[in-house]
Amino acid sequence: MQKVANVVIIGGGIIGCSVAYELAIRGVKDIVVIEKQFLSSGATGRCGAGVRQQWGTETNAILARDSVKRFEGMNEELEYDRDIEFKQGGYLMVSYTQGEWNQYKKNVAVQHSLGIPTKMITPQEAQEIVPHLNINGLVGATFCQTDGHANPFHVVDAYYKAASRLGVKFETYTTVTGIKKENGKVTAVQTTKGDIDTPIVINACGYAAGTICKMAGFELPLYPQRHQALVTEPVEPCQGPMVISLHHRLYCQQTPHGSFIMGVGDPHEPKDFNINSSWEFLEDVARQATTVLPLLKNLRVVRQWSGLYDMSPDANPILDEIPEAKGMWVAAGFSGHGFMVGPQTAVLLAQKILGQESFMPIARFGLDRFRRGELLLEPAVV
Amino acid sequence: MQTKETIVCRCEDITLDEIKSLISQGYRTIDEIKRVIRAGMGPCQGRTCRMLIAQELAKAYGIPVGDVLMPTFRAPVKPVKLGTFAGGE
Repeated sequence: MQKVANVVIIGGGIIGCSVAYELAIRGVKDIVVIEKQFLSSGATGRCGAGVRQQWGTETNAILARDSVKRFEGMNEELEYDRDIEFKQGGYLMVSYTQGEWNQYKKNVAVQHSLGIPTKMITPQEAQEIVPHLNINGLVGATFCQTDGHANPFHVVDAYYKAASRLGVKFETYTTVTGIKKENGKVTAVQTTKGDIDTPIVINACGYAAGTICKMAGFELPLYPQRHQALVTEPVEPCQGPMVISLHHRLYCQQTPHGSFIMGVGDPHEPKDFNINSSWEFLEDVARQATTVLPLLKNLRVVRQWSGLYDMSPDANPILDEIPEAKGMWVAAGFSGHGFMVGPQTAVLLAQKILGQESFMPIARFGLDRFRRGELLLEPAVV
Repeated sequence: MQTKETIVCRCEDITLDEIKSLISQGYRTIDEIKRVIRAGMGPCQGRTCRMLIAQELAKAYGIPVGDVLMPTFRAPVKPVKLGTFAGGE
């Protein structure tokens, strides 16, 4: 492994690989990506594969809106030899309570102010989009056609290949064991394959970002939380959009492959690194999914898995340089939606690190907001 | 062997040729191959292809099959209807 680099990126998921590409395409040489296992082995490869712009905070909505544009042209832009399987079947956010519906109205106002084409629709209109939707007790729904799905493994693979062609080195099955610093500045990353001297480190480790920050003497306000998912056998296309019911804590989408991916959030899930699958989840998600989408009761489950959300205090990402270790940047805290905002988060970070003009103010994602108590509380997380 | 016609993953129609090609491109484990071309993601969950891919990796890297990293074995063992989990059947 090389001993010196201009930038070391820790984490081989969507953020690490896309940042590597965005820096390399802007002319940065000698970039190394360190990954403990293999690319997309962490949260990216375990996510629900959804891409939505229907957020309640401007920050999340802008990153998602602009990332959708990138997904649309990604196969060509990254000259990918496979297909990222971007399908814009929309997201249908269904609301079964008045309180939730009032919140959805506020979210849609934010989305409209940013040019996101979300529509507020009646239960009958929702059923026209998803014929097997249970509209008993449904108050209303919001629908955005340009939301959708992309294959996380292929997106990461596409960034990896494009970055490799630009000279980025990827060191997989390599663990970071320490961060060296001098006079408050980062100087090297220590790994199981040796040390790499570098003036810039990008901590893109998702739920493990806190562990890496601790090595640099900084306590990151972030905690891991398990979320579980399952996938069914593939069937003929019958559901265009991802269906989200926050009331049922459910998301459920048919992928281009034909299988359905779904998950439920568990409000009692402890803050913990536990990543085992549970029997309770299968019962819970099956009940919620067959309540909202009764037809799915006939689908067979082939596999369940779990992954970890990297929860920040306000469910918005943290993109900032660590005050205790200058040169070390954190890109974490995506709180379960890092995959869909990855492409533009990478651009924002690359622009900031290189001192270029950024397409949106990065300061809004700064660590300062927690000290000031000015949280960007995101209301639309499953 | 006719590697283009030899199916390794029967659920997802993946040939030996495709597996060998990925190994030569540097994909180092069953997990990595699975994520790129879906080998082992079908209804049988890799019961057929897992060991066949392990053999190919062992040959390519000159290591015993036992040293090839196994992917996580995930529930359910057999496909089960959502309705059954929901308690309706």
